[in-house]
Amino acid sequence: MKDKLFKYLTEAAALCSVVFLFGIIFSIFKEGYPVFAEVGFFKFLFGKSWHPTHYPPEFGILPLVLSSILVTGGALVISVPLGVGSAIYISELAHPKGKEILKPIVELLAGVPSVIYGLFGMAFLGPFLSRVFGLPVGLNALNASIILGLMVVPIISSISEDAINSVPNHLREASYALGANKWETIIRVILPAAKSGVISSIVLGFGRAIGETMVVLMVAGGATAMPRSIFKPVRPMTSAIAAEMGETVMGSSHYHALFGIAIVLFVITFISNLLTEWVMRKKGKNGC
Amino acid sequence: MKKFKIFSVFCVFMLVMFTGGNSLYAASNSITITGSTTVLPIAQRAAEAFMDINEEISVSVRGGGSGVGIAALIDGRADIADASRPIKTKEIKLAREKGIDPYANVVARDGIAVVVHPDNPVDSIGIEDLKKIYTGEIENWKDLGGPNKAIVVISRDYSSGTFEVFKELVLEGAKVIDGALMLASNKAVSTTISITPNSIGYIGLGYLSKEVKALKVDGVEATEETVKEGKYKLARPLFMYTNGEPTGIIKTFIDFVFSPQGQLIAREVGYVPVK
Repeated sequence: MKDKLFKYLTEAAALCSVVFLFGIIFSIFKEGYPVFAEVGFFKFLFGKSWHPTHYPPEFGILPLVLSSILVTGGALVISVPLGVGSAIYISELAHPKGKEILKPIVELLAGVPSVIYGLFGMAFLGPFLSRVFGLPVGLNALNASIILGLMVVPIISSISEDAINSVPNHLREASYALGANKWETIIRVILPAAKSGVISSIVLGFGRAIGETMVVLMVAGGATAMPRSIFKPVRPMTSAIAAEMGETVMGSSHYHALFGIAIVLFVITFISNLLTEWVMRKKGKNGC
Repeated sequence: MKKFKIFSVFCVFMLVMFTGGNSLYAASNSITITGSTTVLPIAQRAAEAFMDINEEISVSVRGGGSGVGIAALIDGRADIADASRPIKTKEIKLAREKGIDPYANVVARDGIAVVVHPDNPVDSIGIEDLKKIYTGEIENWKDLGGPNKAIVVISRDYSSGTFEVFKELVLEGAKVIDGALMLASNKAVSTTISITPNSIGYIGLGYLSKEVKALKVDGVEATEETVKEGKYKLARPLFMYTNGEPTGIIKTFIDFVFSPQGQLIAREVGYVPVK
């Protein structure tokens, strides 16, 4: 009896997340659909001007999408070498004692609330960047990329490290037996064997970075111009939604357009999650 | 079968949760206020002081923004909608359809201060020049008697009430340049300006502090007196919308906001009293 009750309770809990997920999907599509009907799919997605409260309003989200891609791309440029590098060091090269200290520190980085990263970017990194590069303003795509990059490092590092750790030892031994040194073993044998885990960690990091809201709201600057340079302020999709939703008129075109952005964002993260899943599955088949 | 039973218990539980929430609004001696975060400090403190005097009435105050507040008034989820902008024709139409008749109570005034970095030598600006800066016609401080430096233009977000008033009073239908930084709060504007030497922005009078310098606009300083006298041009009314002219306990509350004690609260949180 007790067993059954427990089973049903957990079943209800599992069911809940399914219900919530579909509820969320349903409601953003329901609220966002009108904008595609009103503005037109291509004009919405590829329009170059976002002036939602101007008269007449302009709902082109291309600058917002490109801002998100620029900032996320920048974040990966920073976080992939740092994340994968630290994973290699921690699992292959570090002294066991060093590993014991390093690993929790990298993971601690994941526990810092994003608003604190945002404050750091706003108050310290911003003025620093503007001084170093002689920029008029330090709140820009570069600042957001650096901060997001730091936030993604622990995700890439810990998942990559798991993947590298699970590479069977006989591969290493075989490589050494053939006369390869440590560097050759890591680059030629271990990384290729751990490839799918490393790639999925990067895709997960991408999903985290593109969906992050607080940090870009605080440090990206928020300008809706087409992003022409990494030194210019930009407005990623998430920050547009967060900043504009609170004061907009419910049921207006602007309101629907913000949900339209949410759909685009949702589709992007959904695809990146599918990709992760797919890469992981493939790994299962190959047997390493 | 048992599975179904447990599921239905779960459903009933959820149902009670949701409908239970609604019955709160039906209680006769409570007032629900929702809306603009600009008006929020007045509403919040007025509600606290009001409940000290009228213990039998409970007032709950929430933010969310002018649009959210007016939508709540229209849907009957709020008795009073705080707004930092006048209600729009579209919203009035929506309200009429639902049998709601929005009534404006101007409870205070808010001046919008034009602010720059404290080290900026420029002291005053005309509304015309301000418009030129925000539309990209003037791009350098030297055109305004300042240093030969590019102007960093900072604005509030497209849907904020402050932006809306600025748009109406300064831009007169023109578009803000795409390169302007659109920031999410008065505090964010103020902080960004304080660390960005050649920037210009605008914030509510109540958010003025030593970290930024307020410019004279058309020769008039942004102070409580000049806003009250109508000399300072960048000022706006703050509203509490009710369904029709306030009656009953809602009238008691609105009257309290207009009383000397209520108006003192408006001043204390940085706005200009109307009475």
